[in-house]
Amino acid sequence: MRPLIRALFGTKLNAALSLLMLAAFAFTLPPLFRWLLSDAVWQAENRAACTAAGSGACWAFIRARFALFFYGQYPEPERWRADLGLLLLVAIGTGALFARRGRGWWLAALVTIVPVAGGILLAGGVLGLKPVPTPNWGGLLLNVVISFVAMAGAMPLGILLAFGRRSSYPIIRWISVAMIEFWRGVPLLTILFMGLVLLPLFLPQGVTVDNLVRALIVMTLFNAAYMAETIRGGLQGVPRGQAEAASALGLHPAQVQLLIVLPQALRLSIPGIVNIAVDLFKDTTLVSIVGLFDLMGVVNQSMKDPAWLGLAAEGYTFAAIVFFFACLVISLGGSLLERRFGVGQRR
Amino acid sequence: MQRLTKMMRRGVVAAMAGGIAAVFAGGVAMAQLAPPPGPTVEAIKKRGTLNCGIDTGVPGFAAQDASGTWKGIDIDYCRALAAAVLGDPAKIKYTPTTAAARFTVLQSGEIDVLIRDSTLTFTRSTALGLDQVAVNFYAGQGFLVRKALGVAKAADLQGATICTVTGATLELNIADFARSTGAKIGTLLFDKAEEAIAAMEAGRCDGYTDDSGSLAGMRSTLKVPADWMVLPDLISKEPLGIHIRSGDARWQKIVFWLDTALKSAEEFGVTKANADQMKSSKDPFILRLVGVEGDFGKMLGLDNEWALRAIKVAGNYGELYDTHFGPKALDLPRGMNNLYNKGGMHYTLPLR
Repeated sequence: MRPLIRALFGTKLNAALSLLMLAAFAFTLPPLFRWLLSDAVWQAENRAACTAAGSGACWAFIRARFALFFYGQYPEPERWRADLGLLLLVAIGTGALFARRGRGWWLAALVTIVPVAGGILLAGGVLGLKPVPTPNWGGLLLNVVISFVAMAGAMPLGILLAFGRRSSYPIIRWISVAMIEFWRGVPLLTILFMGLVLLPLFLPQGVTVDNLVRALIVMTLFNAAYMAETIRGGLQGVPRGQAEAASALGLHPAQVQLLIVLPQALRLSIPGIVNIAVDLFKDTTLVSIVGLFDLMGVVNQSMKDPAWLGLAAEGYTFAAIVFFFACLVISLGGSLLERRFGVGQRR
Repeated sequence: MQRLTKMMRRGVVAAMAGGIAAVFAGGVAMAQLAPPPGPTVEAIKKRGTLNCGIDTGVPGFAAQDASGTWKGIDIDYCRALAAAVLGDPAKIKYTPTTAAARFTVLQSGEIDVLIRDSTLTFTRSTALGLDQVAVNFYAGQGFLVRKALGVAKAADLQGATICTVTGATLELNIADFARSTGAKIGTLLFDKAEEAIAAMEAGRCDGYTDDSGSLAGMRSTLKVPADWMVLPDLISKEPLGIHIRSGDARWQKIVFWLDTALKSAEEFGVTKANADQMKSSKDPFILRLVGVEGDFGKMLGLDNEWALRAIKVAGNYGELYDTHFGPKALDLPRGMNNLYNKGGMHYTLPLR
């Protein structure tokens, strides 16, 4: 206790600053608490009933549309399929993070079984599953699907581009540089709009590409460019002696890169890759402006329901909380990976 | 080489024969007074679903309820159209469109019809190559102001600051209005209506401006709605209505007469509940509307009960308005959206 007091009130300046901060807390926290919890309304039929029952947040709004926030318009009897898909992703993802042996198999499962089984589960149409068209996918489900697909696609593509940029063949190098600089140099929003507004003008009349597929392709390519630069940074961090020693042992150049350099480079890139993953997850909310109903899209349009008109504060607070915890999970997974591989300790 | 030219020649002859046959078929069809086939309606029937472009969310026009079902007057128009063409109001694929993408999506053929609270204007008709079929809601830019301001009409807003949202024509309309009346009106711009409303309640501006359809809904969300009033006059014309691609006369006629049928139904007292009984009515207009007399549906290339089915989906125009804007919903007075014989603007062409 005493060191704390000394730290906060040790000098006149510190004491003044501390008092100022305490005053600010005393000023802002109680009303916030009242709005969030003590005066909040948890059960009401509509907004009018909510305002009549209390002056705090109208959480009844969130409760009434809870399923919508997570599944969008995914038909109710089929929602177990989304749950099962998520379970599969979490189970195999945890396996890939924690497995002591056979991590390669877990990773292979993550990039093969999860997308195939997840795709079949969500889209349906085979094995007696009722087809669910993509416009019905929505809510957090959509954020997770887009993040996973974009991440799984951006990873290999990014590695290819990173090697391409370091290639000694000019053509490969130029193509890689052009790819990376184009996708990195254009705002994501612009590309999403181009996919939505420009693409239909090039395609023949009546031929349409699914809106979700467009968003997936754009997100994948965009993140591959960032991924490439992150991994290139990792490649540069691997000491030259490693490759030379491997060559001296008689390994083929491809073996040198794939077995010696790349694993070390990826280990060095983990913080950057996790950074991209968190960023990507939050960027998925941008798809709401091209007419896809991700969590933010559902929140935005829930405020337009005449029964719950204009509950912006509640909607955005809820979305912020959900996103915070989702990103926390990604960050924790990342730091676990770092500790696993001893990033920062081992050279 | 020779064989190739021969084949080509044969192909040309076949194509010409086909063309002549088509012309003849068309002539014969003309003689029977049936409409020429329209590509849009053929595609809809083949597909079995109507692709309807709607808003991503605007109260009263298109919004999802707690179960995720779309509700609104635009939605009910889509459903009535599906019922008329396909016989089932549920056979619709809704495509929510943003303001930026709505017309491109229509031009590219992704949707068959755009019913998305979009204003019908000159440039949209000409430069964008769209047909503006009907007005299903007369709106205009209005003001929601603090009562304490003591303002009775928009021209009194001298020196006031008005909050509004960016990216629409709202700001331009205010500037035009201020210039024409010589008033000085300041604007404070926000990205979202909710932010503008919050700023207004916090006293950063004296009022809020938006389409009249939205204003009533916004007023109901205020902390003390009684402190605020909607000014009676509108400073712009916003006839919101239905857009389709140009060049499909048959589809244009179907959509136009569907709108007329819904409004005529109100005029002649045909409701969702009594539509079937109206088949034994004495009024020839009603008999034509519900398909007992005359081949009106056939002349559109549909069957004669097309309008009856459309009315039975959610009722006539008055019932639609009442469901989404009436006292139990957004509580917006009908005003211009009443029928012509009740002081409004909706004048229907006669069904004869």
